Amino acid sequence: MTAGPSNATVDEGYNFAFLDEQTKRMLRRAILKAVAIPGHQIPFGSREMPLSYGWGTGGIQITAAVIGPADTLKVIDQGADDTTNAVSIRSFFRRMTGVATTERTPDATIVQTRHRIPETKLVEGQILVYQVPIPEPLRWLEPRESETRKMHALAEYGAMHVKLFEDIVRFGRIETAYDYPVMVNGRYLMRPSPIPKFDNPKMDQMPALQLFGAGREKRIYAVPPYTAVKSLDFEDYPFQIEKWDQPCALCGADDTFLDEIITDDKGGRMFVCSDTDHCEQRRAAGHRGTGAPQSYVAAVEGGE
Amino acid sequence: MYVAVKGGERAIANAHAWLAESRRGDPAIPELSVAQIREQQKLAVDRVMTEGSLYDPDLAALALKQACGDQVEAIFLLRAYRTTLPRFGATLPIDTSAMTVRRRVSAVFKDIPGGQILGSTFDYTHRLLDFALMAEGEPAPAPVAAPAEEARVPGVIDVLNRENIIEVERPASGDPAPPDLTREPLRFPAPRAMRLQNLARGDEGFVLAMGYATQRGYGRTHPFAGEIRHGTVAVEMVPPELGFAVDIGDIELTECQMVNQFAGSKSEPPQFTRGYGVSFGHGERKAMGMALVDRALRAEELGEATDAPPNDIEFVLYHSDNVEAQGFVQHLKLPHYVDFQSELNVVRAMRRDAEAARQAALKEAAE
Repeated sequence: MTAGPSNATVDEGYNFAFLDEQTKRMLRRAILKAVAIPGHQIPFGSREMPLSYGWGTGGIQITAAVIGPADTLKVIDQGADDTTNAVSIRSFFRRMTGVATTERTPDATIVQTRHRIPETKLVEGQILVYQVPIPEPLRWLEPRESETRKMHALAEYGAMHVKLFEDIVRFGRIETAYDYPVMVNGRYLMRPSPIPKFDNPKMDQMPALQLFGAGREKRIYAVPPYTAVKSLDFEDYPFQIEKWDQPCALCGADDTFLDEIITDDKGGRMFVCSDTDHCEQRRAAGHRGTGAPQSYVAAVEGGE
Repeated sequence: MYVAVKGGERAIANAHAWLAESRRGDPAIPELSVAQIREQQKLAVDRVMTEGSLYDPDLAALALKQACGDQVEAIFLLRAYRTTLPRFGATLPIDTSAMTVRRRVSAVFKDIPGGQILGSTFDYTHRLLDFALMAEGEPAPAPVAAPAEEARVPGVIDVLNRENIIEVERPASGDPAPPDLTREPLRFPAPRAMRLQNLARGDEGFVLAMGYATQRGYGRTHPFAGEIRHGTVAVEMVPPELGFAVDIGDIELTECQMVNQFAGSKSEPPQFTRGYGVSFGHGERKAMGMALVDRALRAEELGEATDAPPNDIEFVLYHSDNVEAQGFVQHLKLPHYVDFQSELNVVRAMRRDAEAARQAALKEAAE
């Protein structure tokens, strides 16, 4: 499903990828610094983008700084290529760069994402750009930026362990289900952005470069390829990812993150892959699930 | 059966077309021109310029038209345009004591050199709907005063402060170039220049509410309106190829100098302190609110208690920007079903645990 470059739709009134070259240079310097200090948040001069703060302006600025004419871009939100904001960001870059876009993860050189890491393993040479709402992992424990910067400088992360411990005392388990804190390269505590903790293990030793952009909060951070990313846990309460009792109703996968789809007003429900491209690739390879209403299957397979 | 599957791209295009149609309203009614908005909705235009950080009445009026009159949306449009503009230099600091004054009032002295000038104001109007405005027609012309004897109207505080009983504003040590919040992120501790810039761009409602809170006891600063002035000032710039200042145009401004509770120390005799507010165009409410908050944010520097929200520099500066705030609040409209699914899994598991514990307790009680 790769659309070729379509220069006819490129907006000639703007520089390639919207931002001027000075701004891109500023962004690239911040990105390089972020890559050099894995997990450390780098303040940057976030620009006012023509899309709203909180809707991916950090990710958009990073993508704009690293994208070139030969790149192929994939944009997902909640794992899906066809969610409205993913559609909007993809069309923004198509208009501002004319680069090829794709829904197939293996074909993409840059994947911009909100809330998911693709199920298909990323490889060397690919860049995963995360949209980040709140970059500071300690923010709910300490609202003051001046304090949290000190805590990072001193690697004073006891407060987070206490929070997780208190969860176990109160609920018998760690109740954080997404945006689950990780230690990067054994040094910096990092927020992985609101991906489900199901995706956390994919960050560890990932061959692709992971870049994180928080536009409103004006921070960039990064995890270079093949870097250790460890989800916080305790010896007697090891980190665990969630599992579902049933496989995907469309492709039968039993190892993916599933969305719950309500099928009627009588409590009927089914579970399908949140990663729409992965699900489609599995179906193309002949995998089938059971339990999806025929009309739903037809709608998914028929596109719009 | 309810299922949301595909169709994002077409839905977005259709939504935009519908928005354009709604913006126009009833086509039987004549369309508003940008010039009409600029001239007849001037205070809306002024606010969009102030919080949009761009002095351009035509573009601000265009933004208001495009935003269907929604101020925050218009401010966002103007800011997103501003960010694409090249920087080819900086102007000299404006001199508001050289302002061509249209309005100027002081609440701390009865009579002031140059006089109190009421100007055009809503103050003292009775807020009764004027049904005559529903009909079309021109207002009677306002009386015209004789030209002032002296064009230069210096600030009240500067004139009446011979004994330095009110603190004198001085540039920070070394007179550093002010930071530019549109090019660099907020940093703490934030110098006053950065705080003032943030407040000038800040949401009028937020700044007003924070200032109001100081009057009600949250971060009290005991303010007097030293002077509020509105008028036009010249903007000057030194082009490098000329080496001297040239006048590049006039801008309209509102400025507020607040005089606040005195402070003193072993080395400094007691004197009144100050807060400062400014806005493009005619924006007294914003300028006054800003002056109150500016003073409240100086609490720490002046050795006062800092326990109220308007004294909290990080709290105020991080939450004053309405373009940031509207985006993050409204991003809750974006799909969050993956995160919600994760929490659903956790809550269901916790409920299963709780139910199992309850059953076990019941069983134990029965035995």
